[in-house]
Parts: sequence; structure tokens; C-alpha cells
Amino acid sequence: MKDLLDDIDRWRADGKRVALARVVDIEGSGPRDPGAAMAVNELGEVVGSVSGGCVEGAVVTESLSILEGERQAGVITFGYSDDEAFAVGLTCGGTIRLFIEELNW
Amino acid sequence: MSSIYDSLAEAIRAKQPVALITVIDGPHLGGKLLVGPGAKPAGSLGHPELDRVAHRDALAELEAGRSGVRHYGPEGETTPEDLLDTPIVRVFVESWAPPPQMWIFGAVDFTAALAKVAKVLGYRVMVCDAREIFATRRRFPMADEVRVTWPTPVFEQRGDELGARDAVCILTHDPKFDVPAVQAALATKVGYIGVMGSRTTHTKRMERLAEVGVTSSADVDRLMSPIGLDIGARTPEETAISICAEIIARRTGTITPSLRDGSGPIHQGRGHRLDG
Repeated sequence: MKDLLDDIDRWRADGKRVALARVVDIEGSGPRDPGAAMAVNELGEVVGSVSGGCVEGAVVTESLSILEGERQAGVITFGYSDDEAFAVGLTCGGTIRLFIEELNW
Repeated sequence: MSSIYDSLAEAIRAKQPVALITVIDGPHLGGKLLVGPGAKPAGSLGHPELDRVAHRDALAELEAGRSGVRHYGPEGETTPEDLLDTPIVRVFVESWAPPPQMWIFGAVDFTAALAKVAKVLGYRVMVCDAREIFATRRRFPMADEVRVTWPTPVFEQRGDELGARDAVCILTHDPKFDVPAVQAALATKVGYIGVMGSRTTHTKRMERLAEVGVTSSADVDRLMSPIGLDIGARTPEETAISICAEIIARRTGTITPSLRDGSGPIHQGRGHRLDG
């Protein structure tokens, strides 16, 4: 999060809307601990990362859907072990849960 | 009044301990409470009692430097019976704690390597040695602080800063320094105490410590002596890795071959394995 602040501040100062995705939970092998974060602005620009590169693409898509009002803030699970798992998984076989929301607070 | 994000960003940049609680599931989804030791909380999770309980728990998580998910009832219920018939509120507590500290006693070759590796791991590093010609900024530019003094006054002044995430590494391997440093470190809540030396030095040091009253198994068990994991490290840099790896293993409760748990000379030819 610390590394994201400068970019987030700049985006907000430019009047761009920003979504924030944070790892809240991991099960089994997971590349990043809770608190790993990435931010996506309404133009699709990205800072930070939440995995070893496995799920970032899907997180951008979800973040943009939230900014466009197509879906609500909430927890999204990535991993092989979950029935609702997205098409992308983690190569390490673990599960990570992310909370994605608009940064409007 | 500044937003929660602005207050959070300000605290993170100022390296002040702060925790952000976010409702990630349940009523008031997205609700936020920003808390810090001695600071007035900002925001709300939707109910004053939930705010109170989550605030209390988040301060404990922050002190341990942990982030994770916690469950409550919508009015802050926590016991299993109270949670039976209520919707569950899941909150994510994210902690930004100040960096853990590593205090290194003894300004030797191993110290520079250890300070370097500790910096990579995010420690705030202090190097301390009573010998003015060795404990210099020039020799330890990577350390956050270099002090020319004996161990005892350092612990007297600042020992109460040390907690479970912090480490004290005593590399002097001279009983004159080691014994008071070990005694003082044992009087703190520091999570890791490692003491360098050969098996011979270690045996003599334990005798000296016993003479000054360090005999309880609770105290002796806290000492990682000789310091480091048994990975066959030889150079100062390799030894630094073995020490830091031991600190990580102790914190995570992982069983790994520590030098303490073996016997025989520490440095042998290739192929040496734990035999004790």
C-alpha cells in the first residue's frame, strides 16, 4: 500500500476514479500475504500487485467493472480449490481472497 | 476534516502505527474504521458496539504487526452462542506497524553483513559496541543507528521498546560483553535472542551466565546459542543469512536445524550433518 500512495494521490488529484484491491486472506500456498494491494484507475492504469502475476489481469477487469457500476464491491476468490474460482488460477495451487472496492473514502 | 484515506496515507508516510478495519462481508459493506494507539478512531463499521470491539481487537493485531480477517455479529457479538442467530460481519484488519528492530552487539565483520541482510528484511538496525574505533558510521553505513556504549545502558534506556517481532543479536563473543547483554536482553520481551560463538565459547558463556543467576529453563530456552541455522554457513554474508533464517523460522514456528540443537564443531567439511 505504501508504494501505491504517490500514484493514488496523483490520480485523485487529476480527478480520476480509483479502485483498490487488497489481499485479505490466503489458503495454502499463496505468493503474497494479506495487505498486498494494487490500485486501478478508470483509464485502466495499474500500480502494485497482489500475486506473482497470476491474477492481476483479472483484477484489472473486476476493478473496472466496479468503477463502471457493473458490479458491487466485494470479496473475489482466485484459486483452483474453490467452486466459484475464476478461470484464472494460481500456479502455486493456493487460494487467495481479495476485497475490491472503489477508493471513495 | 480529512478523509479516512488521507488520514491513513498520512500515518503510513509518517511511519505511525495505524490499522484500517474494512467490512468486507455483511451489513455496511465497505464500512471503515481507522484506529491507532492513543488516537481517536475515525469512521464506523455500522454500530457503536461493533466499532468498540473491533477497535480493541485491531489494536492488538497492530501491536503484533498482523493483518487478517475477523468475524463479528452486527452489534459486535463475539462468542459462538451470540453468533448463532445473527448475520456475520466479516472485517479485514490491515495493520501498518513500525518496522521491527534488530539490535546487534559487537562491531565485527559479521555485523556489517547481518545489518545488510536485516535491512533487506525491513528491520530498523542498531549496532552497538563499546569500542569507539570499531563502532563507526563509516564501517556500518547500512545501520540506522551506531552507538558507542556498553549493552547495559542501552537496555536500561530503551529495553521496553522491544517486543515479539524484534531481535537482539550478540556477536561480541567475549564474555565481558556477552554476559551483561544476555542478562539485559532476557529482561525484555524481545522475541529473538541469538548469541554467537563456537561450542567452546558457548559452554563457557553458559557457565558464566549460570554464575550470575541465568539458570531457569525458561531463560535458557530463549537463547539461540550458538546463533543461526545449521546450513553450513562460513562467510559473514552466509552467516547473516543463517541468522536471519533462524529468526524467520522461530517467528513462524517452523522446525529447522538450528546450531543450538546439534553438537560437535560448527565448521566442518562438506557433508557434515546434525548428529545430536
